[in-house]
Amino acid sequence: MKVILKNIEKEGYSPAISSYIGEGGYAALRQALKIGPEKILSEIKKSRLVGRGGAGFPTGLKWEFARKSREFPRYVVCNADEGEPGTFKDRLILARDPYLLIEAMVICGFTIGAEKGFIYIRGEYFEVYEILQKAIREAEEYHFLGRNILGSDFSFEIDLYRGAGAYVCGEETALLDSLEGKKGQSRVKPPFPTFVGFNNKPTVLNNVETFANIPAIILKGGEWFSRIGSELSPGTKLYCLSGDVNTPGVYELPTGISLRELIEKYGNGVQGKLKAVLPGGVSSGLLLPSDLDVAMDYPSVQEAGSILGSGAVIIINDTHCMVDLAKRCAEFFDYESCGKCTPCREGTKRAREILTNITRGLGEVSDLSLLKELQEVMFDTSRCGLGQSALNAVRSSLEKFPGEFREHILEKKCRLGICPMK
Amino acid sequence: MSELVNLTIDGYQLQVPKETTIFEAAKKVNINIPHLCYHESLSIYGACRVCVVEIEGRPRLEPSCATLVEEGMKVKTNTARVRRARRMIVELLLANHPEDCFTCDRNQICELRKLAYDLGIRELRFEKGRRYHYEMDISSASIVRDPNKCIQCSRCIRVCSEIQSVGAIEFVNRGGRTQVLTFFNKGLNNVECTNCGQCILVCPTGALREKTVVEAVWEAIASPEKFVVVQTAPAVRSAIGEEFNLPAGSLVTGKMAAALRRLGVDKVFDTQFGADLTIMEEAHELVERIRNRGTLPMITSCSPGWIKYIEHFFPNCLEHLSTCKSPQQMFGAIAKTYYAQKLNIDPRNLVVVSIMPCTAKKFEAKRPEMCSVFHYWREKLGLREEDRFFDVDFVLTTREAARMIKEVGIDFVNLPNEDFDTPLGVSTGAAVIFGATGGVMEAALRTAYEVVTGKTLEKIEFEQVRGMEGIKEAEVSLNGLSLKVAVAHGLSNAKVLLEQVEKKESPYHFIEVMACPGGCLGGGGQPIPTNSEIRKKRADSLYREDEGKPIRKSHKNPAIIALYEEFLDKPLSEKSHRLLHTIYTKRDRY
Repeated sequence: MKVILKNIEKEGYSPAISSYIGEGGYAALRQALKIGPEKILSEIKKSRLVGRGGAGFPTGLKWEFARKSREFPRYVVCNADEGEPGTFKDRLILARDPYLLIEAMVICGFTIGAEKGFIYIRGEYFEVYEILQKAIREAEEYHFLGRNILGSDFSFEIDLYRGAGAYVCGEETALLDSLEGKKGQSRVKPPFPTFVGFNNKPTVLNNVETFANIPAIILKGGEWFSRIGSELSPGTKLYCLSGDVNTPGVYELPTGISLRELIEKYGNGVQGKLKAVLPGGVSSGLLLPSDLDVAMDYPSVQEAGSILGSGAVIIINDTHCMVDLAKRCAEFFDYESCGKCTPCREGTKRAREILTNITRGLGEVSDLSLLKELQEVMFDTSRCGLGQSALNAVRSSLEKFPGEFREHILEKKCRLGICPMK
Repeated sequence: MSELVNLTIDGYQLQVPKETTIFEAAKKVNINIPHLCYHESLSIYGACRVCVVEIEGRPRLEPSCATLVEEGMKVKTNTARVRRARRMIVELLLANHPEDCFTCDRNQICELRKLAYDLGIRELRFEKGRRYHYEMDISSASIVRDPNKCIQCSRCIRVCSEIQSVGAIEFVNRGGRTQVLTFFNKGLNNVECTNCGQCILVCPTGALREKTVVEAVWEAIASPEKFVVVQTAPAVRSAIGEEFNLPAGSLVTGKMAAALRRLGVDKVFDTQFGADLTIMEEAHELVERIRNRGTLPMITSCSPGWIKYIEHFFPNCLEHLSTCKSPQQMFGAIAKTYYAQKLNIDPRNLVVVSIMPCTAKKFEAKRPEMCSVFHYWREKLGLREEDRFFDVDFVLTTREAARMIKEVGIDFVNLPNEDFDTPLGVSTGAAVIFGATGGVMEAALRTAYEVVTGKTLEKIEFEQVRGMEGIKEAEVSLNGLSLKVAVAHGLSNAKVLLEQVEKKESPYHFIEVMACPGGCLGGGGQPIPTNSEIRKKRADSLYREDEGKPIRKSHKNPAIIALYEEFLDKPLSEKSHRLLHTIYTKRDRY
């Protein structure tokens, strides 16, 4: 079952508007213009699609809030600032089937009453920027975009905006600040961007993958979509399989597929002996080999004590030291913290420091409880998702591999010889 | 009346308007939630996270300053989870903070230090392995910035842009490398900073302070060949008591004079003498401008923060500024000419020390044009360029003066009241109120009315220009002319009036501007804390002092009358122009 990659996975499909139209592209837009916003909303709500960026908020509800707002103008923003380590799914859509995204954004604009959209592209995605430029130009030539779309009185334009490399700008409010030309730092929530977003106007902000589901839902109906995959959280999901796995890559699979099936059937098994899995990138907690039967949907992964996030499934085999892994995660967040709120700015710094000390043989037993407390306070008090989840991986490696930490601290020994211990 | 919301805070039920934050609501049940980045005069920033509270049904703690109340909300401000989080957040700040409390400017009044104490932090669990060491910004004559003590609460940034419309500082860089900096790190002296020092007042730590000259003043006092005279600005007498734990707004004029005398200075004079002199010149300048169709509106020029602001932001409006120097500078010019001659002292040995509620006065005293005394004496004494000296030698803030008094153990609170020395210590009620917003206007109107009409002004209080409203206006009838005046304090209010002036749409004849909220009594050199309640109390006491003064109009000051008779001749005379008037400089933004 392919909803998002149906074109991309077809042999000979090239990112050109003629190929997209050849595969039935822009039929959803025609359909949307015909059935009108209310019907579109009801289909999306029926589909029970939730955001694929990580937070898992119901998409239909988000669009409805924006539509019901009294403020104008309204905006559509696509979060294409794919920065979570281990995530590379949006890039695939952007580079190989950009028309899908454009079509979905036009439909969104039509639904919520917006005439302007932005795609905020990760700064490092140079070629994607050019591909999107071309796709937008072509869509305008074909009147799928621009003034009086397909002869209707609806007009919509899309601007591209390139990020400057800050991970935090993947957080929606930081993204909006950056888009407004400010320093990318999170805002106080509530109000949520749906009500007070770009230029303080109602803004629907969705991830690339979320948008990519929309045309199919319009064409085939919300009912159809809701029957795909897990009952709890239907649809397909793009899983980015990476790490110590035989065939890494992006796999579109129905939600709820087990982690075991994903690794064994699609990843062709683990290279070496499986030690742990990060199911949602470095912001998520570790799963163990004993957790492999977890269904890969948002609620089930959460129940297993982690998060699905953007679907960055990182496989870790037994050649990795978990103390070293925790340290690397902490380093990443220390580097990427925006610096606005105290717990994240100072907490990531101290977590990195403590973990670095442990890898140098300078750890103390009290470090472990301090790290735990730090993780809890950062989760409890940080301003945005970055700080709240920054020590998730650290915390779970501490809890799930206590022996390795004890060895580093008490015996000043790294059994895999990875940490310098001096 | 807005919609009311019912909630409970720590079990107490209360009803508050819908737009209330939890932080404000908690005050109603007598809970002052610990905080750092929150400040009553500034926008909500919600980033220090010290004020977090627990709200039933929410997965995480929420910042009380940035969270609005909701119907049925159950808030807890004192749970173990809340207290642990607050402690750890402050601990994290301390882990990144220098440990030089003993020698820190804020030793006694640091909010971070107090918070650490109040929250019961008795042990530092994080080691200080990786702290950045930044260079201090000492470029400014007024303000020193020590980035190492900055906790990034953004209060300074917010006061600079929100209250003062200046925006000289902003956050630069990311994460742990975030710093508050000027444009391209050029330093406060080389950007549009007005030196107003409001950032110092709101800073919770020792990251911002005045550039101190205490040691230089001690040296001058100790030097046998120097004759040290001190002048004190009006706003100091209603505030310096706070440094000695007296209630806010205590009027301590007599104790202050007594304390300064005990520091060993030769004469204790009063900037209010300079203020009366300013009124003489400025009121006559206004009348001249009206009579001769000069540039109007005329705008006051007493506030050096304001002067630098208009030079940077409205450089095409400088001809609207009164050419009068500020009272501080007029005092310096008269002390080193008229008074030095009277006592037959070499002006080079006469040291003028100002005690000011202001940090911008330090910059003002060092403006190159503030050397009129040097030019005055140049030929007579055969001075060379390298002998150049300033009209005012040292400027101390109220805080610095208090520190000197403390240093030598003067029992300020129990001092007897003493008088200022004559003649430069003689002043009127009109000069006292210079320290409050609207005061210069009121003092000028008292004199201008009598100069123009030749009649005695019976009702001398101009209530319309008093009070803490951001922009105040009044109309006064002067011999058939309806004189329209306006008063602004805080530079964002001044900006509103200046935009009218720039567009040639200003309806006024005369405008008073003070850079700081509340006027000089809210200046950047005043005791910390300075807040809206304290500003009101200081203003009240200045108006009380005015009421009790036997003479309340500047042109009736006998010492001023004598000064004109013996030395200056008349207002706007040639000598006045040489010594008491000045020029302004167009400045860029960066």
